[in-house]
Amino acid sequence: MKKGLTRALMLTAVVALAACTDPNNVGNDVYLSGDPTNGVDGAAGDPRSPAYFQQTVGDRVLFAVNQSTLSPSAAQTLDLQADWLLQNMDFSAVIEGHADEQGTREYNLALGARRASEVRQYLIQRGIAPNRLKVVSFGKERPLAICSDESCYSQNRRGVTVLSAGLSS
Amino acid sequence: MIRRFLTCLAATMTLGMTLGLPAQTQAAPLRIEITEGVIEPLPFAAPDFVAEGGNAGQLARDIAQLVADDLSGTGLFREIPDSAFISRVTSFSSPVQFADWKAINAQALVTGAVSLQSGGRLTVKFRLYDVFAGTELGSGLQFTGTQDGWRRMAHKVADAVYSRITGESGYFDSRVVYVSETGPKNDRKKRLAIMDYDGANVQFLTDSRSIVLAPRFSPTGDRILYTSYETGFPRIYVLDVASVRRRVLEEQNGTMSFAPRFSPDGQTVVYSLTQGGNTDLYKMDINSGRSQRLTSAPSIETAPSYSPDGSRIVFESDRSGTQQLYIMDANGGEPRRISFGQGQYGNPVWSPRGDLIAFTKQNKGRFHISVMRTDGSEERPLTSSFLDEGPTWSPNGRVIMFTRETQGANGKSSLYSVDITGRNLRRVRTQGGGSDPAWSPLQE
Repeated sequence: MKKGLTRALMLTAVVALAACTDPNNVGNDVYLSGDPTNGVDGAAGDPRSPAYFQQTVGDRVLFAVNQSTLSPSAAQTLDLQADWLLQNMDFSAVIEGHADEQGTREYNLALGARRASEVRQYLIQRGIAPNRLKVVSFGKERPLAICSDESCYSQNRRGVTVLSAGLSS
Repeated sequence: MIRRFLTCLAATMTLGMTLGLPAQTQAAPLRIEITEGVIEPLPFAAPDFVAEGGNAGQLARDIAQLVADDLSGTGLFREIPDSAFISRVTSFSSPVQFADWKAINAQALVTGAVSLQSGGRLTVKFRLYDVFAGTELGSGLQFTGTQDGWRRMAHKVADAVYSRITGESGYFDSRVVYVSETGPKNDRKKRLAIMDYDGANVQFLTDSRSIVLAPRFSPTGDRILYTSYETGFPRIYVLDVASVRRRVLEEQNGTMSFAPRFSPDGQTVVYSLTQGGNTDLYKMDINSGRSQRLTSAPSIETAPSYSPDGSRIVFESDRSGTQQLYIMDANGGEPRRISFGQGQYGNPVWSPRGDLIAFTKQNKGRFHISVMRTDGSEERPLTSSFLDEGPTWSPNGRVIMFTRETQGANGKSSLYSVDITGRNLRRVRTQGGGSDPAWSPLQE
């Protein structure tokens, strides 16, 4: 029975690896952030589609080490996000806060929450109704780039606006 | 010399003590001081136990080997291999040929006998000898249990040997709950798992659908607190080990809760709650569900851990600008900073003896598992690596288990242990990767 369990675990690992090397999954936060069925998608060419939001508007902002303040370029991205959300009222969003691996697990959870909250506050100031915006922190649990140097860490210290259809409850 | 074994009869596992001679009263030469840090481990022999009844031959060998493995695993003892033995132990009650064990420099000798009765009932007895003094150390002990509990009985023998030679309680008959990890770094599957301290008898407690983090045992080991993303948001759950049933503890909408830990009386849970991006400490009465806020600061307050008497809480906060350690009264109030060295200090854990605090230290791109006294003095790193974190204490406060993650795209997490002198760094055997270990109390 133990052997069967080990085999099942190894199989899971293989499937997960296969999913990871699928080029279609790269940069797809809807998938990486958890339940793939939660995400909504559409053609990137359609300016009302989540794919357009993700790729053209820009669904993420990056942060400096241990910081949660928004840089001028992050604010620019969030301005565009706010415009899009104001024009597409049938979408709500979960804002994910993430940290790089250089930190303890609990601290990174709290830090990710700070980052997500900064993004949310900015979008609210830009006129988005608070009940359309939820926050969640993944701390260092869901890195996007997996190397162990600054080129990856800088991509992982992020706030990502993940769209979902309809108003959040 | 007459030794009578008194067996306590109970449903599961019982412990009996002989009514033989009183324990050695003169200063015994066979002694290890754990705090000194042992450079030369004490050589001992643990010949195969004698199979006394039933078909117990294999068990008699396996139990003796597991006792030897437990002892050697501490780094305080060194097993002398069978091939060096001059004497054989063929009868548990025959006198020991001390000269034969002296000749191979076995300072301690563990002998034992195993019998298997009908219905799978297993009896294990053992004696410990101080070879150079030519005396028995303590008196014989007998354990009774079921055949499938043989590893626990071996651990109990090893705990008794350890305890008699070091003067401290053991830690072998204990369990570890941890997060079992599979898959690549950017899609890691995490499940709660529980195992014996040495990695045997693994049981999974959750499936891999949701991220789970940082499980913690209740003071009696019957319940486990942990954080799960089951709802999509981090929330604290409490799980009953025997039934594997769980319930959510804290579920305020729009909040996140994590980093839970039991109070020493098992009635209260201290944890972090994040609201509007700000993380503070709270405590909750586990029965009524009533919670009380303990800190109120715009900074991050997390990773709380009670002192063993329940009167104080050590935690980390970045109120000074960087992560540092603080101690406050268990009911809140003004915290006192205790860490002042270079770098960042995280996840502090109070030792079960009350004397030390273990924590994660991050400095100049390296991570350390370190300890300090509760006033912040005598800070000492025990380990150093790319990423060490999340210390947990052995029940006797002499060993620390933690997470070590290796560097790079193929980085993996494993469990390691180290003793409080910084010696005997070892990888703990797990199936696949592992993180966030929490050590149980010694089992009853």
